[in-house]
Amino acid sequence: MKSKKPLIPYLIWMAIFVVIPLGMIIVNAFTDKSGAFTLENLDRIFFKDPTLRYNFLNSLRVALISTALCLVLAYPIALIMARQKPSTQRLLHFLIMLPMWMNFVLRICSWLLVLQPDGILDVFLRNVGILSPGESNPVYMTETAVILGIVYNYLPFMILPIYTTVAKIPQSLYEAGADLGCSRWKVLCKIVFPLSVPGVISGLTMVFVPAMSSFVISMKLGGFALMGDIIDNYYKGTGGDPHLGAAVSIVLMFFIILSIALMNRFDKDDDVVLA
Amino acid sequence: MKKLISLALAFAMMISVVSLFSACSQKETLVVCNWGEYISDGEDGYMDVVAEFEKKYNCKVEYVVAETNETLYSLMKSGSVAYDVVFPSDYMVEKMIREDMLSEIDFENIPNYQNILPAFKGQAYDPDEKYSVPYFWGTVGIVYNEKLLSEKDLKAVENAEDFEILWSKDYPNRIMMFNNPRDAFGVALKTLGYSQNTTDEKEIRAAADKLKSQKFLYYMDEFFTAMPNDSLALGVYYAGDYLTVAAENENLKFVIPKCGTNIFNDAMCVPKNAKNKSLAEKFINFMLEPEVGRDNAEYLGYSSPNAAALELMEEDVKNDPIAYPERQDSWEAFRDLPDETNALMRDLWAEILTENK
Repeated sequence: MKSKKPLIPYLIWMAIFVVIPLGMIIVNAFTDKSGAFTLENLDRIFFKDPTLRYNFLNSLRVALISTALCLVLAYPIALIMARQKPSTQRLLHFLIMLPMWMNFVLRICSWLLVLQPDGILDVFLRNVGILSPGESNPVYMTETAVILGIVYNYLPFMILPIYTTVAKIPQSLYEAGADLGCSRWKVLCKIVFPLSVPGVISGLTMVFVPAMSSFVISMKLGGFALMGDIIDNYYKGTGGDPHLGAAVSIVLMFFIILSIALMNRFDKDDDVVLA
Repeated sequence: MKKLISLALAFAMMISVVSLFSACSQKETLVVCNWGEYISDGEDGYMDVVAEFEKKYNCKVEYVVAETNETLYSLMKSGSVAYDVVFPSDYMVEKMIREDMLSEIDFENIPNYQNILPAFKGQAYDPDEKYSVPYFWGTVGIVYNEKLLSEKDLKAVENAEDFEILWSKDYPNRIMMFNNPRDAFGVALKTLGYSQNTTDEKEIRAAADKLKSQKFLYYMDEFFTAMPNDSLALGVYYAGDYLTVAAENENLKFVIPKCGTNIFNDAMCVPKNAKNKSLAEKFINFMLEPEVGRDNAEYLGYSSPNAAALELMEEDVKNDPIAYPERQDSWEAFRDLPDETNALMRDLWAEILTENK
């Protein structure tokens, strides 16, 4: 049997930075200001507060659309990447990782410079004659801009896991498929995609989870608040209420865990083991 | 529950071990929590105030910044940090006094308190002059970009009766509003002719509806980049920060509407759980030194309540009508509001931000 001792630092780390904060959030969510047990916070989220409900559904919608877009964009990129020669693959891998070395707030601020009135996009569109002088692009400060920001921000998290699984598919499988009379499209649907499902699942999770709880992006590019901004507001706004903020976080976390569980289940049903 | 307590204890132990290490150096340490860009730091030829203080008293200053009064409040309330000097604004000083979070300052140790102009002593937030020493004051007004406004609007804004111009529909995505509820509600309440300190639910809801009727860019420190780079046409911000951006872009102008505005005072206070109160008092006294006060004021552009510092300042700075305007009766300082009012504003604020589409 393997020794479990190497796990100890990790467990201590988890206890301090995961278990304790999580415990505090759970305790906060079910108590009121005086520290007494209450379900009032959850009651508010589910039944009494139309703003919170609306915001929650809106965040869910934005996260789903962004995740779907990420998948559509990332899959072809991952496929193309996997078919390059190793040195090109390494370069592409590096290029995809590159923006992640910079803080995401900074990257969103540079989108601001592109989208804002008289910004780079406006100047370009006016020069090519799509916008008349003085007109501005219709994207800035809309939900479209927010989705754009989220997709841009989390796309690498979708590309990399898919690429990893696709790159492992042996060339012989493509050839076997072709030999047996499959069109390239059919090879993709019947062989490549099923084998890449684990990568797709982890990509979906890695994009959906942070997209659902994203903040700053929506305020900066869309001007409106998503669930993450609302939690922020309850934690430190005027007359802040960390108890309600904690309850909102718990509900959000519950839905995220639920979605991960659902996806993992789907993953198991389609379990394909490469020989 | 027992497990939770032991976990919490383990956590507390970790923190004390860490702080033990940081306390290892022989020098005394002072923890200062200020706002961002709110002290002269050696740039532009002005004094590096923190370094000078460290040199004079052979100590180490741990200088941290908080973003808003509310962040500072929750940091202090959480008890996880012990600051020695903090810089809350008027209404927050009042709230902290009410909640017994500040320690009484020993004014014997602050001889330079005599430098403070009488008008700024014993204000409503600390009437008995026990807990706070004024640092800077300032006003809120409309900031606009001459180049981007139409001629008609330019004329209107120069003689602005109220903040109504911020609700213009002619500058889509180019008008900013404070991204904090207290200031934003203040602007809307003033425009509707109500007091900024109202506790009337109807008036506060009316102000919320007013804010919802415009799609604002809700900004705070973004102001410093967005205003000078010509992407904003109109906004509302603090006079001192306007002076900072005006130095970068000469098209930017500032006006205080006739309906009145918010006048704020930021003060220096010592929290109840301060570890080094005597050094904190030395720091506060140092900040009131004429030269320190002058360099802070000239570097920041905020308005100084320090008479001795004002004497040393250049004529054009201390006679600047924007930094040192004549105080009007219609100007209001924020007061501490009851918890119900704060809660109402917080919930309405969540609504405003959610619906700002």
